[in-house]
Amino acid sequence: MAATKSAKEQKYDRQLRLWGDHGQEELENAHVCLINSTASGTEILKNLVLPGIGAFTIVDGHKVSGEDVGNNFFLNNNSIGRNRAQAATELLQELNTDVSGNFVEESPDKLLDNDPEFFHRFTLVIGVQLPESTCLRLGSVLWNANVPFLVCRTYGLVGYMRLVVKEHTVIESHPDNALEDLRLDQPFAELKSHIQSYDLEGMGKKDHGHTPWIIIVAKYLEKWFSEHNFQLPKNYKEKEAFKQLIRQGILKNEKGTPEVEENFEEAIKNVNTALNPTKISSGVDDLFNGEQCNDITSQTPAFWVMTRAVREFVQNDGGGNLPVRGSIPDMIADSEKFINLQNVYREKAMQDASVVSKHVESLLQSVGKPSESISEQDIKLFCKNAAFLRVVRCRSLAEEYSVETVNKDAITCSMDGADGEMVLYLMLRSVDRFYQQHSRYPGVYNYQVEEDISKLKLCVNSLLQEYGLNVSVKDDYIHEFCRYGAAEPHTVASFLGGSAAQEAIKLITRQFVPFNNTFVYNAMSQTTATFQL
Amino acid sequence: MADTDEPEKKRRRVVELTEKMVVDGGSRDGGEWDGRWNHINTFLERPGPFTHPDFEPSTESLQFLLDTCKILVIGAGGLGCELLKDLALSGFRHIHVVDMDTIDVSNLNRQFLFRLKDVGRPKADIAADFINGRIPGCNVVPHFKKIQDFDESFYRQFHIIVCGLDSIIARRWMNGMLLSLLVYEDGVLDPSSIIPLIDGGTEGFKGNARVIFPGMTACIDCTLELYPPQINFPMCTIASMPRLPEHCVEYVRMLLWPKEKPFGDGVGLDADDPEHIQWVYQKSQERAAEFSITGVTYRLTQGVVKRIIPAVASTNAVIAAACATEVFKIASSAYIPLNNYMVFNDVDGLYTYTFEAERKENCSSCSQVPQDLHFSPSAKLQEVLDYLTENASLQMKSPAITATLEGKNKTLYLQTVTSIEQRTRPNLSKSLKELGLLDGQELAVADVTTPQTLLFKLSFTS
Repeated sequence: MAATKSAKEQKYDRQLRLWGDHGQEELENAHVCLINSTASGTEILKNLVLPGIGAFTIVDGHKVSGEDVGNNFFLNNNSIGRNRAQAATELLQELNTDVSGNFVEESPDKLLDNDPEFFHRFTLVIGVQLPESTCLRLGSVLWNANVPFLVCRTYGLVGYMRLVVKEHTVIESHPDNALEDLRLDQPFAELKSHIQSYDLEGMGKKDHGHTPWIIIVAKYLEKWFSEHNFQLPKNYKEKEAFKQLIRQGILKNEKGTPEVEENFEEAIKNVNTALNPTKISSGVDDLFNGEQCNDITSQTPAFWVMTRAVREFVQNDGGGNLPVRGSIPDMIADSEKFINLQNVYREKAMQDASVVSKHVESLLQSVGKPSESISEQDIKLFCKNAAFLRVVRCRSLAEEYSVETVNKDAITCSMDGADGEMVLYLMLRSVDRFYQQHSRYPGVYNYQVEEDISKLKLCVNSLLQEYGLNVSVKDDYIHEFCRYGAAEPHTVASFLGGSAAQEAIKLITRQFVPFNNTFVYNAMSQTTATFQL
Repeated sequence: MADTDEPEKKRRRVVELTEKMVVDGGSRDGGEWDGRWNHINTFLERPGPFTHPDFEPSTESLQFLLDTCKILVIGAGGLGCELLKDLALSGFRHIHVVDMDTIDVSNLNRQFLFRLKDVGRPKADIAADFINGRIPGCNVVPHFKKIQDFDESFYRQFHIIVCGLDSIIARRWMNGMLLSLLVYEDGVLDPSSIIPLIDGGTEGFKGNARVIFPGMTACIDCTLELYPPQINFPMCTIASMPRLPEHCVEYVRMLLWPKEKPFGDGVGLDADDPEHIQWVYQKSQERAAEFSITGVTYRLTQGVVKRIIPAVASTNAVIAAACATEVFKIASSAYIPLNNYMVFNDVDGLYTYTFEAERKENCSSCSQVPQDLHFSPSAKLQEVLDYLTENASLQMKSPAITATLEGKNKTLYLQTVTSIEQRTRPNLSKSLKELGLLDGQELAVADVTTPQTLLFKLSFTS
């Protein structure tokens, strides 16, 4: 086996430990489009180029200005007057020779006029500092073409992101604090017989102190069941009593004092979580009851075919439960006992996965697809993650912006704390309105700041009125947004750059869960909020 | 060419050159060009409703940032590279950066100031060169050194210090250094002796940014419990009862290597040497096979030996940006700074939590409260040592304990110098009474976690 790692493996080592080789492969097969290489744009791309995105294309019709160079690490003063897409591509390309950098010297509006299908080729389109009209046009094209769209902007000390994707499925969500799948409340046959092979009372001292806590809890649970009508310890009192029962099982020395048996302490400590009844989360249940799961056709993506197969398993083979996950946490035990116990879970998981596999096969057959279209490896991975499946569905921009379908509740409820991030969202919508009316943003030049405040206030009021939003926006925010003069300070652009890039990586690798669907960053207070609009 | 023409031609050439310089921005005094600072000027020149009470809009604030304000960046790695870029593009020109490391290939996925050709070179030097070349007028001064190589006279010159460190020990040391600079007059803190410390940390998809005004707000040690001590595997697991692939690797690293000395006597395991890792990997596989353990890979082996923490560009970008925003706010008084701790996690959507970490009344570092040690006179010195290392609020690494006995300064125990360790080791099994310590006695404790000696008062319990 070759032990020397390839140069790429070495370079990407620190991130491979997060999304694995398969995640990296997805990244390297992706082609991302960035519209507008302002500082926010180039910072987003930097964080995609460094980890090795396959290719990027910058679409930008602007020429580099002096102020562009001032806040952008990927433009220098030699590029003033040149096309911004080209200038930025050079310095971004230089970051990583694995990546293919391209540019189109054109405004997105022109492309939408002449060649909207240009955007269909991309894995993801990222639109930065887009005027509202362009944003909505592009949003509509991408929605119909099923290309994910990430809208980003930096406006003064405010960062904003909007994710637009019809449906994004995630198998590997990597939850931070996942509960173990131990089945102690309903041990499967092989686990039962393995537990039976232990005789706690008849064991020698060394074995007793190195028996895995899972076995200990199981054994005492059997005792408890026989004395409590096969009911799990339910409340605090019963759980404490159960813990006492286990504690009494600790070996005592000749004087009658309890020995130090760490495995028993572990058992007691884990009682609270170990006795959680095995059940399917509402999130996963929703997936089972969803349309995509019910109507399997030859167009159905693999995710839904597998979800349906697992549902079949749950209903026919799993006794109402998901396939066994197959992993157990580390615990005090001698190697043999631990490995044997681990293998009981692993083998059951493999068995369950192969039953699921049969269901996948018959589903594929029923729609005329070869069984090789979904690999054994994918099915195993799916089963291991069955409890953590996630689906993100975002509303379209059209829905967000339409008076008929605007999410009034989300807006008014969030405006309860009048200084929260929602007011910043409303201000961004208002400056867009200002731009539509005046072909510029408020307060760009010093002399404009005062007079633009009242103009911007009109925009705020017309926005609130048009959407029937019964909220009030403090004058301070109107003043502040004039003060910003649509500036794009680098640190805020960089914060957004990191945030947006990671969401892009989540979409591309299909690992970890993207936000849904509006994210606002307030650099004044260093706070953020996510809304579903 | 007639001689008389020369001066005219020369004058015209000079005029051309000067004009060219104006258009190109010139390079001698930083190469300014039109509009360069537009994106930050609005925050410096315009009044606003959310500015700091001390803020005064002025066209001179920019000059302060450009010409006078001095920032120290600690670390030129994942956070450091981002910080240098962020500060340089926010108008800061006088920046020093300290980093004791050299560049490794595995840095290149996020430390964007470095290229393959730079591997092996000092991070501080390469980072400074890159920034100075890319941002005209910026003057980053590198220091290929440890933070401990400098004393108060070095740190005192900075207006603000930003840390992008990967070590809690280093953070605590920095914290202690800035606390030692504080000047108290009649018990009142002199505000001009305060150097704000902005601290950022990241790990995978998690990170945090905090603002510390030493002597005024919570310091690193006030919130030491937020950094739980690293848990190592129990020795009996490693030695005789492995269950996980990690146990197998630790066995080879801690027990087999010292026994077999595979690369010669006195050759320690170099985690950066692929040949060493390869040996550990092979032996770990053998160990795992013995116990029917699966999962030992080269990547896992390296991760365990080097204690690798996964890292990506995006998290570092976010946290550094938040820190740099705070530097800007404080330097310009444009806004009220973060008060005082922000936590970030983008595993599931994007999550932040911003709160005010509270000062600890009896913080061992920043409170002026003397620290008490309560022990029975018959307690062994070892117990005191254990307390200093294990107590959650102290978490010392290798404390050296000295006391004044019979008018003389006596080292009771010191670990970091072998000869002294051997000489003082017997003291560990002596009782405090045996060592001649008295009730109310002061013990001076030095440790790598702090640049200053900490004083403890010994209180005997009956």
